[in-house]
Amino acid sequence: MANKVMQRRRREQMIEEHGVIYLNNVSKSYSTGSPALNGISLSIGKGEFVFIVGDSGSGKSTLIKLLLRELTATSGNVYVLGHDLGRLRHRQIPKFRRNLGVVFQDFRLLNDRNVYENVAFAQRIVETPGREIRRNVPAILATVGLAGKYKAKTTQLSGGEQQRVALARALINNPSILLADEPTGNLDPKNSWEIMKLLEEINESGTTIVVVTHNREIVNAMRKRVITMKKGIIVSDEEGGAYIDED
Amino acid sequence: MKISSLFYTIRQGFANIFRNKWYSLASIATISACLFLFGLFYAIVANFESIVKTAEEGVSVTVFFHYEGDALDSLEKADCSPDHVIASDQRIEEIGQMIANRAEVSEVKFISDEEAWEKWATQSYGEYFSVGFPENPLSGENSYEVFLSDVSMQSALVTWLESIPEVRRVNYSELTANTLSGVNLLIAYVSMGIIIILLAVSIFLISNTVAIGISVRSTEINIMKYIGATDFFVRAPFVLEGMLIGLMGAAIPLGIIYSIYNYALKYVLERFSILSSFLNFLSVEELFGILTPVSLSVGIGIGFLGSFSTVRKHLRV
Repeated sequence: MANKVMQRRRREQMIEEHGVIYLNNVSKSYSTGSPALNGISLSIGKGEFVFIVGDSGSGKSTLIKLLLRELTATSGNVYVLGHDLGRLRHRQIPKFRRNLGVVFQDFRLLNDRNVYENVAFAQRIVETPGREIRRNVPAILATVGLAGKYKAKTTQLSGGEQQRVALARALINNPSILLADEPTGNLDPKNSWEIMKLLEEINESGTTIVVVTHNREIVNAMRKRVITMKKGIIVSDEEGGAYIDED
Repeated sequence: MKISSLFYTIRQGFANIFRNKWYSLASIATISACLFLFGLFYAIVANFESIVKTAEEGVSVTVFFHYEGDALDSLEKADCSPDHVIASDQRIEEIGQMIANRAEVSEVKFISDEEAWEKWATQSYGEYFSVGFPENPLSGENSYEVFLSDVSMQSALVTWLESIPEVRRVNYSELTANTLSGVNLLIAYVSMGIIIILLAVSIFLISNTVAIGISVRSTEINIMKYIGATDFFVRAPFVLEGMLIGLMGAAIPLGIIYSIYNYALKYVLERFSILSSFLNFLSVEELFGILTPVSLSVGIGIGFLGSFSTVRKHLRV
């Protein structure tokens, strides 16, 4: 018990000193080819909205996988919400991930279930009582503008609507951090903007947002912090920045 | 785990079967086909074994004793010990007890000289046998009819019987015993071999079907893991689904074989009733007493192991 309290204090101290996401000289190499990440360091504070941009092969996806603890760093330390992910045991990963919301380019919905079930599933995993699930799911669906579609099969929805369902699922457990990997990659401009507006609203309520994107227009228009990656290193990290051209 | 989560997991296990109905049907069909072949072959082999066993049980060894004034034929003189001893009634009883105590002996029947004469004469002359034979020509020919539980032990028993000084002669058929013993051994080896091959093929096919069915749903497992599901929460519905598919896949061939066997047994016994006097077919209860638990264990067991191990491969996310 005392040990757990100590660990929690250490995590809180880490967040206070280095932010909710902290990478210290992190490298990641796969068995073949050059390193995907090469000694990167960065820190993201609580409540920030950050874009991570870069070409294909720049290391963005590897970075997201490290933050989700899908991969571990070859060297260096990755801290998320004060957890040293290199030291996290396999059985501790599910509990850690419940603090994160995650949204993918391809939505990754359970297509054999309806909208309600997809969102409720995230609550069932954390063993939320049924009564609360029945209250929370319609509320979050209303937030993302899908109040009337809870019975629909996900395959009957448009791309924008599917991404909203994914967003609702990511948010229903009130995560501290929302990781969005190319959330507008499969959407038309109108739906892309609507999703970004939703993300901005979520950020205003205190959730840290990290968005990996190729969408130059959105990045340049939103004037948020922009971290630009190239060949596994961070080439620029600018508050209120813009999408840097490849050349 | 909360009770509500447990019920949710169970509901999901059942729901998965209907969500993936084509995969479920394919898996059930594969399991059913494998276990149907296995069950059919087992039914045939088990009946063969039963018939041979019945034939073995009918094989007997007859033991005769020395008595006052017995006339040894030339064969008996050569066979029996030169220092042979006349068997008293009490000694015959003791020897009967000794025979009954041997492991390979299933039954010992005492046949007195009167019973022996009556049986032989009735068979030879009918009810008028006593006419012309006022005295029993077999007087003193008391014997034991010994039935074996394992016919392959017959020669060991005969050797032991012949070493008893009071034993005059042992009647037995070496050819019958050897033939039955050989047939029994052949059936045992062949059936064992085929059953092992059938089971191996079944296990391979079933576990592959389960594995493929789960592999195509690896995205679903990944999603669950990304949003913080524990390994147990992800695995439990899949494992339950695998076991249910295994159960259905085993129950269907059992039902079909039950109907076929029941019908075939009635048909053979009614149409060829003469067969029933010397061919001992297994009853439906006897056959399914073994086939049911084996088939269900194989179906459910492979469903469990196949789904458990396949899901594990996709949990490292």
